[in-house]
Amino acid sequence: MPILCKAECGNKATLKRPKTADALCKNCFFNAFELEIHETITRSHLFKPGQRVAIAASGGKDSTVLAHVMKLLNEKFNYGLKLVLLSIDEGITGYRDDSLETVKQNRDDYEMELKILSYEELYGWTMDRIVEKIGRTNNCTFCGVFRRQALDRGAQLLKVDCVATGHNADDIAETVLMNILRGDTARLRRCTDIKTGGAENSIPRVKPLKYTYEKEIVMYAHFKKLVYFSTECIFAPNAYRGHARAFLKDLEKIRPSVIMDIIHSGEQLQIRESVKKPIRGICSNCGFVSSCQPCKACVLLEGLNRSLPKLGIGKRSKSEKMKAQQDLERQVILREKANLVKNDF
Amino acid sequence: MLKINLDFSGGAEVLFNNIKKRQLSLESEKKWTLRDFLQYMKENLLTERLELFIQGDSVRPGILVLVNDIDWELLGELDYEIKQNDNISFISTLHGG
Repeated sequence: MPILCKAECGNKATLKRPKTADALCKNCFFNAFELEIHETITRSHLFKPGQRVAIAASGGKDSTVLAHVMKLLNEKFNYGLKLVLLSIDEGITGYRDDSLETVKQNRDDYEMELKILSYEELYGWTMDRIVEKIGRTNNCTFCGVFRRQALDRGAQLLKVDCVATGHNADDIAETVLMNILRGDTARLRRCTDIKTGGAENSIPRVKPLKYTYEKEIVMYAHFKKLVYFSTECIFAPNAYRGHARAFLKDLEKIRPSVIMDIIHSGEQLQIRESVKKPIRGICSNCGFVSSCQPCKACVLLEGLNRSLPKLGIGKRSKSEKMKAQQDLERQVILREKANLVKNDF
Repeated sequence: MLKINLDFSGGAEVLFNNIKKRQLSLESEKKWTLRDFLQYMKENLLTERLELFIQGDSVRPGILVLVNDIDWELLGELDYEIKQNDNISFISTLHGG
């Protein structure tokens, strides 16, 4: 016995929305899905007419759906935005090179300008080579820190007013959980923000899919026959996020509203004023946004270039010691060499 | 014989020898629920790590199941009785971002 669409359109329902438990048909689902994103955009004043907006595009499901829906809403509701695509090539053979082909397809399908920036050109290192140095632990730290800054650099090159990312409700709930588990109050405070940055020559980031469930994103892409890239990053399986994600999915099975509930908890959490919070500034070395001096990307890069890849991992005091130790060793080697030269004469 | 079509996407295909579409004939003397069929898949079709597809007697949370493009959550999930020429899709939401 087919279940009918809750919107009383007379059609057969095709899915149960996790967010509301409503049974909807394809068309009513498309409408609800798109309108909710429109509401999120307007309620939070994410964009202003005339703005140039970069969509951070990986070729995955979230950014593919984001690009599709942004184009659709921009036309339907006359946002007056100029949309462009921005992709980062981390240099991961067999993963990113394939997914960038999907992004190029998006560029053609949606008739948007596309800029691809690589770690190689920005930092002189590909992720393949970084993993050779650091191994399969902490590699995601490099990738995440470099990507964050690469998006800022790309946004500057493209002269956009803001960058829209494909973070969905599940991603944000996972991040809230991870920050609680790590006791990272600084990140906990800002990870639910729908808009970040914007002060001091940093380009704002917005998350139009903040309240959109992953299941609905995948269903939307499936029913709309959007082509996306779904291979797991070959370096990712050890990432901590995977555990938070598995836990969240188990909770969602028991109670689908848990995702919205965790986001809500994150939004409502107040952190005592006496808790030290990082002050966002500009890295004295590279000039990009950072809450420490020099920024994490610069420290990680210095570590790679000094052959001390663990330099940016863990406590700062420890990395200062590592650097001092290496400088000392280098001096000793230089002195010994100098002595050898002297003795030659 | 009970003929069905299977469809894997979103990354679920990597657990099944990277084959995205396949046809299958099941012995039709008995009735097949999705519960029975998942057991069959576990024993006969899965080529990669079992725990990435099956959890308990169901699919791992985060894998979507559709029968003839209808969400199995509307069809009774594990108790759904498979019919002749059903198209069963497994879509992973757990891959990529």
